[in-house]
Amino acid sequence: MALASKDLLGIQGMTADEIGLILDTASSFKDVSERDIKKVPSLRGKTVINLFYEASTRTRTSFELAGKRLSADVLNIATSTSSVAKGETLLDTARNIEAMKCDILILRHFCSGAPEFLASRLTSSIINGGDGFHEHPTQALLDMYTIREKRGRIEGLTVTIVGDIAHSRVARSNIYGLNTMGAEIRICGPATMMPRDIERLGAKKYHDMDQAVEGADVIMMLRLQLERQATGLFPGVREYARLYGLSRERLSRAKQDALVMHPGPINRGVEISSDVADGTSVILDQVTNGVAVRMAVMFLLSGGAKGD
Amino acid sequence: MNILIQNGRVVDPANAIDEALDLLVSDGTIARFGKAGTIKPAGAQVVDAKGKVVVPGLLDMHVHLREPGSEYKETISTGTAAAKAGGFTSVCSMPNTNPVNDSRSVTEFILSQAQREAVARVFPIGAITKGSRGAELAEIGELYDAGCVAITDDGKPVMNGAMMRRAMEYATIFDIPVISHCEDMSLAGKGVMNEGFVSTELGLNGIPGAAEEVMVARDVALAEFVGCRLHIAHVSSAGSVRVIREAKQRGIKVTAETCPHYFSLTEEAVRGYNTLAKMNPPLRTAEDRGAIRDGLRDGTLDVIATDHAPHGMDEKSVEFDYAPFGIVGLETAVGLTLKLVNEGVLTFEGAVRALSLNPAKALTINKGTLSVGADADITIIDLDQEWVVDASQFKSKSRNTPFGGWKLKGRAMETIVGGVL
Repeated sequence: MALASKDLLGIQGMTADEIGLILDTASSFKDVSERDIKKVPSLRGKTVINLFYEASTRTRTSFELAGKRLSADVLNIATSTSSVAKGETLLDTARNIEAMKCDILILRHFCSGAPEFLASRLTSSIINGGDGFHEHPTQALLDMYTIREKRGRIEGLTVTIVGDIAHSRVARSNIYGLNTMGAEIRICGPATMMPRDIERLGAKKYHDMDQAVEGADVIMMLRLQLERQATGLFPGVREYARLYGLSRERLSRAKQDALVMHPGPINRGVEISSDVADGTSVILDQVTNGVAVRMAVMFLLSGGAKGD
Repeated sequence: MNILIQNGRVVDPANAIDEALDLLVSDGTIARFGKAGTIKPAGAQVVDAKGKVVVPGLLDMHVHLREPGSEYKETISTGTAAAKAGGFTSVCSMPNTNPVNDSRSVTEFILSQAQREAVARVFPIGAITKGSRGAELAEIGELYDAGCVAITDDGKPVMNGAMMRRAMEYATIFDIPVISHCEDMSLAGKGVMNEGFVSTELGLNGIPGAAEEVMVARDVALAEFVGCRLHIAHVSSAGSVRVIREAKQRGIKVTAETCPHYFSLTEEAVRGYNTLAKMNPPLRTAEDRGAIRDGLRDGTLDVIATDHAPHGMDEKSVEFDYAPFGIVGLETAVGLTLKLVNEGVLTFEGAVRALSLNPAKALTINKGTLSVGADADITIIDLDQEWVVDASQFKSKSRNTPFGGWKLKGRAMETIVGGVL
């Protein structure tokens, strides 16, 4: 089987089979990174471009390594200014890149919908590297990969996502993916950080974190954007950490062996205490798995099995 | 020159006329009516309106003609051509041009340009505050003398309540309406679409219905206190309809308009990050759309206006956040309004009122009627013609409509302005 689309724009609308295919393919790529010679020829001669309109170290590096370990030629274009400020539209920038013959374009953009906008106008494969508050599909895939690797399954697990749900593309992508894979999802955060009608996406809403983590198999913490204090979304770090921070004491309410995850970068002592982050969390496993999952996505989008 | 419009059904709400009549236009005014075949003037040009409806020329009180300043989007010439094609004999031009219409010189430019190039009548609307910046009143007396029929800072609400109060008081000197673009900027924030389930799914910043409703409530309270004429522009939300309904019941001098997109579409149209469905106020929920329809049905919403807002396609072919707000509307309004008639929301007579007599009354201008002696501004509508919206055929310079491909029934066949076909 193959993926239905030339692009990976989001997890919404993907089938369990498609997600399963990506996770299975990632398994077969994971050991490439463990070898002495970390390279396979699968994407030899292909060109992959990272077009990042928003600062990122982890995701950009992960995509870059994934492309290189598949033997693709990988270029990074990072622009701190918006396309508008630069005087060239996103579409013109992307068309120029495509004119140089690029096979896969990875776009990170602060505007929701930017990858979808390009995908309908370009022939290259577009991978959404995170758009606004919309989706971050490869993050959700690596999260699901990590859960499956550690627990052997996703179906039937209770996953609690805590933090600024309203402004989180990671939360949305995980809600779609985990629902499709049969998990039960709880979301938790202050009322100011809950988007309207979020429960209709298939998640149970909590404002009390103790209740939200009670008996959970997985706790996924989201990064708090500290600058949101200025717009009245939370009163301050002290109260936020008290109500929505994951401490060892609070973690003890979850299942004995609950997985603690975080997409990074973490605010130590804010949404997660250092002893939890450095103790039982699987945060670095997520980062490791990210490379394998992104290799799988690029491999499958560029024709998959037929090229190998 | 004389024009004889024969064999049509004449509907003129102002005179409670709805019957088969012939109509004679003489020297730019309405000369007389008669039973079919009874008027036989020598040498009149004959327009056969058999099977069609003859109504007062339609008046769109909310149009952005973009001239001066953004002539690449629209001009007074192309905008009035679009109006005429859509059945409108008169349009009101919004003051958010560049420069803003906050002075006699801009108003006079618009009127002289209209004299030279327009094919429909143009009634300028002046700014409430200088530059529509909300800080100081514009010279409203001068704007009125120069020909402005109302004042508004459309596109930019007057956020300061005290400034709005003073504007309303000042407007009573000239008995012109203050048109309010109701939007609390602090609540709207960086919003680009309605705040609700769809914005949650798309990850776009939302504009809550409450951002509109609190300002409608504020301005209704101020209008009651001051005793001015208040007109609420582009009503989009159920809560606004409720506030206006209650205000009217209490006898406050408030009129209100909605636009075809608010009774035709919902926020669902934004899916796929469709920038052609991006306007301000935003498309809202099915419940809001239902309330807008109810408001039209019971007369809470008096006027259908288009908020015709032309933009270049390049400006709309960008990330959703960056696309400008607004859609064109002059050439689809009649078809969409007749859809409402066919769906039983409005009577045909009610639709004609909302598109002609009611806006004229809101502006206290002598339009929207076929009374003998009135200007011969007449629209002839074919209720049966089925057509498909094709933006490439628009007379407007811009193509930004979300209704492309829609099958509509009924359109204006003939638009007569001052006795000119």
